[in-house]
Amino acid sequence: MHRTPIPFGLYAILFLIFLYGPILLMPIFSFNDSIFATFPLKGFTLRHYENMVKEVRLLEALRNSLTVGVTVAVISTALGLLGAMAATRYRLPGRGPVFGSIMLPLVVPSIIFGVAILVILRRIFNIELSLLTVGAGHVLLAVPFAMLVLISRLEGFEKSLEEASADLGERPWMTFWRVTFPLALPGIVSSLLLCFTISFDEFVLAFFLSGTDQTLPIFLFSQLRFPQRLPATLALGSSILFVSTIIVVFSEILRRRGLAPGRPSEL
Amino acid sequence: MASYAPAAGSGAAGSVWRRAVNARPWLAGYALLSPILVLMLIMMVAPIAALILMSFWTQSGFEIDTGFTLANYWKLIAPSEATTYWMGVPFPFENPVYAILLAKSLVIALVCTVFVLLLAYPMAYYLAFRVTRRKMLWLILITIPFWTSYLLRVFSWKITLGFNGAINTGLKSLGLIDEPLEFLLYNPIAVEITLVHAWVAFAILPIYVSLEKIDRSLLEAATDLGDGPWMRFWRVTLPLSAPGTISAALLVFIPTVGDYVTPTLVGGPSGTMVGNAIQSLFGKQNDLPLGAALSIVMMLVVTLLVCLFLWLIGFRRMRAKTG
Repeated sequence: MHRTPIPFGLYAILFLIFLYGPILLMPIFSFNDSIFATFPLKGFTLRHYENMVKEVRLLEALRNSLTVGVTVAVISTALGLLGAMAATRYRLPGRGPVFGSIMLPLVVPSIIFGVAILVILRRIFNIELSLLTVGAGHVLLAVPFAMLVLISRLEGFEKSLEEASADLGERPWMTFWRVTFPLALPGIVSSLLLCFTISFDEFVLAFFLSGTDQTLPIFLFSQLRFPQRLPATLALGSSILFVSTIIVVFSEILRRRGLAPGRPSEL
Repeated sequence: MASYAPAAGSGAAGSVWRRAVNARPWLAGYALLSPILVLMLIMMVAPIAALILMSFWTQSGFEIDTGFTLANYWKLIAPSEATTYWMGVPFPFENPVYAILLAKSLVIALVCTVFVLLLAYPMAYYLAFRVTRRKMLWLILITIPFWTSYLLRVFSWKITLGFNGAINTGLKSLGLIDEPLEFLLYNPIAVEITLVHAWVAFAILPIYVSLEKIDRSLLEAATDLGDGPWMRFWRVTLPLSAPGTISAALLVFIPTVGDYVTPTLVGGPSGTMVGNAIQSLFGKQNDLPLGAALSIVMMLVVTLLVCLFLWLIGFRRMRAKTG
């Protein structure tokens, strides 16, 4: 390879600063002993976090978000696994349009789904908004991601292993449990974590589809309007950021391990 | 071919199913896919259909009049003698605000897409061709911000750019400025910066994948045949990575047109987009049919523009060539 005149390494570092700089301000200010998010820093304190955990509505919102997130993760991953098996093991007629429409939620602005689902629930079926409707919306958003993760995992190992199992007389269900499932397990865990994060952080659909029970992002959004709540909001934001990051790193490591370096997955 | 054909219960139904699957193995594939298809039907197809239906109704007070009418669409495009100008472009409509917001959203999304590609491409190139060790660490570092809360990333720009934000107070305490810079927040530029930041990490991945797929011997061939690095990039690397780059562009452009979190938090009055109008019609203004019509017009316009763009650049041919 030629040496190029552009110092790529420098660019990469500036890029990371742009990417992480603003995000890292949040945890920095959350430990700052001041009620404003301003420089110069005043000193280290944990009191914003102490105030945060005293907030009852926040804890409720946290519990709601956890419930919705876990449920969404399990359902989306189960659906995604079935879909990924269909995609990798069968030659399906009409595959292009069908998979294209399953992937639509990746592209279509969430606000469209938000208002559309709102219309059909409230105006056509007159269903009350609740955490259930939020969860259903999140499953729609998470399934395409679950499928992409699991398709790349299922493509990563040889079909012949399943065929061998079938040839040796295992019933399809046992082949699934004893061959497919264990081999797909890292992908499954990765998908569970990813779907949980998607739901846990999702704001737009939750904004349109939640009733009186708030999820954490909705609570956070409601707090942004009050300047006096800024420190607690910073603490909350930093905590969410911290948890999400750990989950995502873990999920990414699981997902990328075992994938051949020449075959990077699509996402 | 391995088969996951569910071991259907014994009896007549089971054997009919087994025979059908033996004749057409794809039936079993669709059986596996059916839960997702049902979900799509309930959560996507039916709601969009309801939205379309709603756009032909009218709102009167708190009631909805279900008589079929095109009044909502007419309201969006009804011409008027008095012309409103936005950026020097005439909008001769009776309610020009919707057309202007839509045009503005398209422009903002387009500018955002261009900047995202300009920033993401070199980074993807660096990852694909320069990084040899710790590639996974780099990929994870790039991916994390995309998975963390969109709301929080927007919020972090609010505290960065604000009147009493990090940049202003930082520059002030360094003695570089006396008064806070007011042009940082609550305008279209703040919206652009936030949107570019939100999408740039995501755009790297499709570009990186298409760069990674390029057969390295083609690059060597170009060099052997006398191309310098720039010529080689222009004639080999760039065309071969075009499909990934175009996918990235669409993945950024389409959702950005309908974004409303960013304009709400950092846009201020001058930075509103069509998503704000839709949200407001479904919220405060309580005119659901008009909101539905505006949503559908937005989607139609975006779809048409995307199709036109793909047709103009000959995307099909390009994909066929590069595989």
